[in-house]
Amino acid sequence: MSSVESNSSATSIAVPPGVSASSDVVARLEEIRKTYYMGQLSVEVLHGISLDFYAGDYISIMGPSGCGKSTLMNILGCLDQPTSGKYFLGEEDTSQMNDDDLSSIRGARLGFIFQSYNLIQQLNVLENIEMPLFYQGYGEEESHEIAMQLAARVGLAERVDHKPFELSGGQQQRVAIARALSVDPLIILADEPTGNLDSRSGAEILNLFDELHGQGKTLIMVTHSDELAERSKRQIRLLDGKVESDERS
Amino acid sequence: MSDLSLQASRVSERSRGKPQPVFNFVRFKKITEVGLKSIYSHGLRSLLTVLGIVIGVAAVIAMLAVSEGASYEAQQQFRDLGASNILLKSVKPVEVEQSSNQGFGPPQTIIYGLTYSDLRTIEQTIPGVNNVIASRIVKKNVWNLGRSMNTDVVGTAVDYPVSRNYNLRLGRFFSQAELRDHANVVVLSDEVAQQLFPIDSPLNKSLRIDGDYYNIVGVMESEGFSNLGQNQAGSSNAAPSRIFMPITSSRTRFGETTTRQTAGGMESETVELHEAIIQLDNQDTVIEVGEVIEQILARRHDDVDYSVEVPLALLRQAEESALRDQIVAGAIAGISLLVGGIGIMNIMLASVTERTREIGIRRALGAKKKDIITQFLIEAVILSGVGGLIGVVLGITIPFIISLFWGMTTIVTPLAPILAFSISALIGVIFGIYPSMRAADMDPVEALRHE
Repeated sequence: MSSVESNSSATSIAVPPGVSASSDVVARLEEIRKTYYMGQLSVEVLHGISLDFYAGDYISIMGPSGCGKSTLMNILGCLDQPTSGKYFLGEEDTSQMNDDDLSSIRGARLGFIFQSYNLIQQLNVLENIEMPLFYQGYGEEESHEIAMQLAARVGLAERVDHKPFELSGGQQQRVAIARALSVDPLIILADEPTGNLDSRSGAEILNLFDELHGQGKTLIMVTHSDELAERSKRQIRLLDGKVESDERS
Repeated sequence: MSDLSLQASRVSERSRGKPQPVFNFVRFKKITEVGLKSIYSHGLRSLLTVLGIVIGVAAVIAMLAVSEGASYEAQQQFRDLGASNILLKSVKPVEVEQSSNQGFGPPQTIIYGLTYSDLRTIEQTIPGVNNVIASRIVKKNVWNLGRSMNTDVVGTAVDYPVSRNYNLRLGRFFSQAELRDHANVVVLSDEVAQQLFPIDSPLNKSLRIDGDYYNIVGVMESEGFSNLGQNQAGSSNAAPSRIFMPITSSRTRFGETTTRQTAGGMESETVELHEAIIQLDNQDTVIEVGEVIEQILARRHDDVDYSVEVPLALLRQAEESALRDQIVAGAIAGISLLVGGIGIMNIMLASVTERTREIGIRRALGAKKKDIITQFLIEAVILSGVGGLIGVVLGITIPFIISLFWGMTTIVTPLAPILAFSISALIGVIFGIYPSMRAADMDPVEALRHE
C-alpha cells in the first residue's frame, strides 16, 4: 500500500480510535500559515495549523465566519498556496508546486462539491460529470463509461441528457457529487454542500455522503451547521485561525 | 479495505501523472465542442461579432477580383495594339504652333512630322523590323447623297487591319493592286457605315469626298474595344470614326498640305506621314528598339514633332499600376479585417468576464492555464474562421453578381480566398490571445467566488 511514511517527524495527532490503525495519512498540514497582503496592511488568517487526515475518514471543519475555514479549504483544495508551512497531499509537498502541477494534482486527487453546485450550464449532466476526466487525459469511451456509472450511482441515470437548469437543486448537487467522484479522488472536499438546499434534498445529500463514507471514501466537509457536523466522524473547530478543538464522535 | 487499497493504487498511478501526449485529440475535440456550443448559444451576438470579419474577407476577395479583372481588360487592350508593335505619330511641335500665330501676311506653311525617309532609315538600320505600315490621316467631309459627316480619312497600307488586330465585318480590305493603282476605294469603320448608310448595306455603293467618288469595298468591325485601347495608349488622333483608303490614293487626291480656316486667318500644314506602325519579329526587344527609334528620330528632327509609343511598355506600366491598385485595395480590405479582429477581441473579453465562474470551475477540476488559453483561443479562431468562410462565399458571389449586372470582367484567383481565409484565422489567433491570457491568469479562488 503506498503511503506517507508513518515515522514522519512531523507532529501529528495519534491515530484516533475508531479508525483502523493501518489507515494511511492522505493529507497532512504542517504549521500552515496564511497571510493576506493588502497594500501596507498584512493580515494573518491562519496561525499555524497542523492536521493529519486519514484515509476513509469523514471530517467536518466548523467555525464562525472569519475563522479561516474558507482559506483552509482553499489550501486543502490546492486552489491557494500557504504563506508558510507544508501541505502533503498523498506523498507530495504541494506548498512549493507551480501552477501547472497544482492544476494536475487538483484534477487527479481532489473532488470538489460546492454550495452552489457550480455545474457548467452549457453542458448536460453527462458532460459535466465527464469534464474532469478529459483534463486527466482519459479517452472518450472510458470517460463515458465512468460517467454513466456515476450518474446511475447518484440516481440520475435517466437524466444524463438534461441541462443543469432543468434539474432541481438536490439533483444538481448529486451531479456535482458524481463529478467529484469521476477521477476517484484521494479526498472529496465539500463546501457547505447543503447550504442551498431544502431539508429533504439536504438529507438526501447527507445520506449519499454516509454511503460514500461507508465505501471508504475520504470526505472533508466545511459547514457551520452542528447538525451536519454530527453526522461526520471527526469534528474540527476553528477559531481565529487556530484549531480550537478536534474531536471524534 | 480492499476498496481503499484499490483506490490508493489508482491514485498513485494517476497522480504520478499518466504521461500525457503533447497534443491530446480527445481534449482538443471536447474543447472545440464547448467552443461551438458557446458560440451557438449566443447566435445573434456571434453573428454580429463575425460581421466585421465577414465584410473584411468578402471585401478582400471582391476587390482583388475586380481589380484583377480590370487589369486583365487593360492588358488585353494593349495586347490588341500588338505587343510587338511600335507606334510612331506626328505631333505638331509647340514652338511652331506659336510662331505661326504671329504676324500678318500670307499664311505660312508649317512642315513637320514623320517622313518616308525616317521610316526608310529605321527599316534599314534596325534589324528585326518586320514591316512598316505608314498612314496619312486627313480630316474630310464624306458624303452619301444628302448625308454627310466629318471623319478621319486614313490612307494606309494593306496590312493595317492585321497589325492592329482589327477585323472586317463586311466585304474586304483594299488590295495590293488597288494600292499600286491609286484606286478610288474605301473601307468604312462601323460607325461611319451606320451614320451614312443607316438602312441599306454600304457594300459596293459609293461615297463622295471633295469632288471624287469612291467605291466602298468593306466595313470594319465596331471599333469600340480597340479604340478604347488606343485612347488609353495616349493616341491623340484616334478618331471615333474613320474610313480607310490606299495611302497612294490619299496622296494623289488630297496632297500633303492641308489648309484650314482658323480664327486668325488661314493655316496650312504639310505632313508627309501622320502615323506609322513598326512591326518587329518578336516582342523581346521591342522596348529597346523603341528607345533606338527615339534616338534616330531625335537626330533627324530639329523639333520634337513625333511621338514613339511602345504598347508593351504601356502594358508593363498598366501591370505596375494594377499591382499598386491591388495593394491599395488590399490595404483597405485589410483595415476592415483589422476592425473585425478588434470586434472579436471585444466580444472575447466580454465572454471571458461573463464566464469567469466557468473558468474557476474548470481550473478547480484540473484545467491548466494552457487548457483555458486553448479553449478561448479555439473559440476565437472558430468565430473568425466561420466569419472567414461566410466572407469567402460572399466574396466569390459578389464579383459574380458584378459581372452579371454590370458586365465588368472580374477574376477570382484561387489565391485570394485562401489568403483572405488564412488571414481571418490568423486574426482570430492574434486577437484571441489577449482575452485568453486574461482568462487563464484569473485566480481560481476569485473566479469561483465570482457571481
